Amino acid sequence: MATACDIAMKQKQPGKDGCSPVVAIENLRKTFVSQMVLNGISLSVNRGETLAVLGRSGTGKSVLLRLIIGIETPDSGSVRIHDQEIVGLALDRMGEIRKKMGFLFQHAALYDSLTVAENVAFPLEHHRRDMSRSERGDRVKQLLAEVGMEGDFDKMPSDISGGMQKRVGLARALALDPEILLLDEPTAGLDPISSGEIDDLILKLQRERQMASVVVTHDLHSARTIADRLALLNEGEMVIEGTFDDLQQSNIGFVAEFLKQL
Amino acid sequence: MLSVVNSATGLVNGFFEWFGNLGIFSWNVLKAGATPPYEWRELIRQLDEVGSKSLPLVAMAGAAIGVIISLEARYSLSRFGAKSMFPATLVYSVLQVMGPIITGLVVCGRVGAGIGAELASMKVTEQIDAIEASAINPYRLLAATRILACILMLPLLTLGTDACALLTGWFAQTLVEPLSFHQFIQDGFKGATFNAFLPQTFKTAVYGLIIGLIACFQGMQTRGGAEGVGRAATNSVVLGSLFLILADVVLVKFILIVFA
Repeated sequence: MATACDIAMKQKQPGKDGCSPVVAIENLRKTFVSQMVLNGISLSVNRGETLAVLGRSGTGKSVLLRLIIGIETPDSGSVRIHDQEIVGLALDRMGEIRKKMGFLFQHAALYDSLTVAENVAFPLEHHRRDMSRSERGDRVKQLLAEVGMEGDFDKMPSDISGGMQKRVGLARALALDPEILLLDEPTAGLDPISSGEIDDLILKLQRERQMASVVVTHDLHSARTIADRLALLNEGEMVIEGTFDDLQQSNIGFVAEFLKQL
Repeated sequence: MLSVVNSATGLVNGFFEWFGNLGIFSWNVLKAGATPPYEWRELIRQLDEVGSKSLPLVAMAGAAIGVIISLEARYSLSRFGAKSMFPATLVYSVLQVMGPIITGLVVCGRVGAGIGAELASMKVTEQIDAIEASAINPYRLLAATRILACILMLPLLTLGTDACALLTGWFAQTLVEPLSFHQFIQDGFKGATFNAFLPQTFKTAVYGLIIGLIACFQGMQTRGGAEGVGRAATNSVVLGSLFLILADVVLVKFILIVFA
């Protein structure tokens, strides 16, 4: 039976019926040296929902993800995860919140001295010390099978393709059963077939796990496939936020120009 | 004139900023390293990396130093008719001065560059960010373990350097003027106390702290691709060696005052 929160979530009405958004960003600003990268961004993501953040290169999309997971600190504004403010939180306290989050980096960021299986086992070894070695091995096998990499356990990251590295990165991001999944350019640099496979994989994982996801991409086709809502950034500011139909119906010049790529 | 003042101000600011950042980094490492969970497995891996893998190199350096001191000491002592002082000269030169500093510099070259380049490479490929994103404290996992391994291993490596230097120094002397090893050791350590040698050996733990801290700091603060990695490795060795020698000045004075 669906809870009030699930219904509110399906109706995309965060905050209604006691269902607060999983990720809530308010008036976020970030400057590097003298360049304003993000200027007053506000967003929210609910459980089971996928938000795609679009925009041209260098508009602060990746910085937004890094602010959500606390790798970067904003100049001002608020980032709340499950109603917990994370800005200014101590590293170890932040660690507890990060256990609920999975992050796929743009270039996968696999540990190059570890094998594929060791990469996926890494978070488990540190946070699931109650697991026996064989349980951990089984979990790694299951995660790699989930992303279609079951035959490549002992390969080094340098021996596999970019698309395969992203799959392994995704398996690693899922290792601790996160409630929030952050994906930084999951299809960047991949051929159309590999991009489609990654999109299908993300959709499948979303159906099965009901995570709140934020996907940063400049691939509009991919965003349209995997996201429930889209947010378009330009020069650090939010241009529009809504469904794909909302974007199509918009009369903002930049939105129309951006949609031309379809 | 204004540009000279500006660049001088920039240099002074950069100098204080560097030390400020090093202070913050050291505090973060101390806080992370002193609180559980402890990264025992990584520490053991680093002890092997810093200790066992540096041993052949410091042993060779020690062997060469032993021969050099032996040749120089025999020549100088002969000129002053003090050949009987040879064993004590060799033992004191190696154990009090050359052994610790040579070990420090050799380890700084091998381990400092290695740590600096490894962490810098991890930083520019976002692997350190990935560790942080996996809710693992990189100061605890990467920095505290490497620094502690350097602190623990430097005194042991110094003992290895000292042993090799004494052995080859005695051997070089024996080739010219036969002297039993037993006699050499007996004459060399005559009247010596632990205070004469132990502080000099254990001061290398401070060298280890400097080598590990500078290399981890340089590595984890890196920006800017392959060039940044190269710069981190170079700076780890250059700054590590420089601070090590400067620290030695202070440590020697301190030991002379406290253990005289």
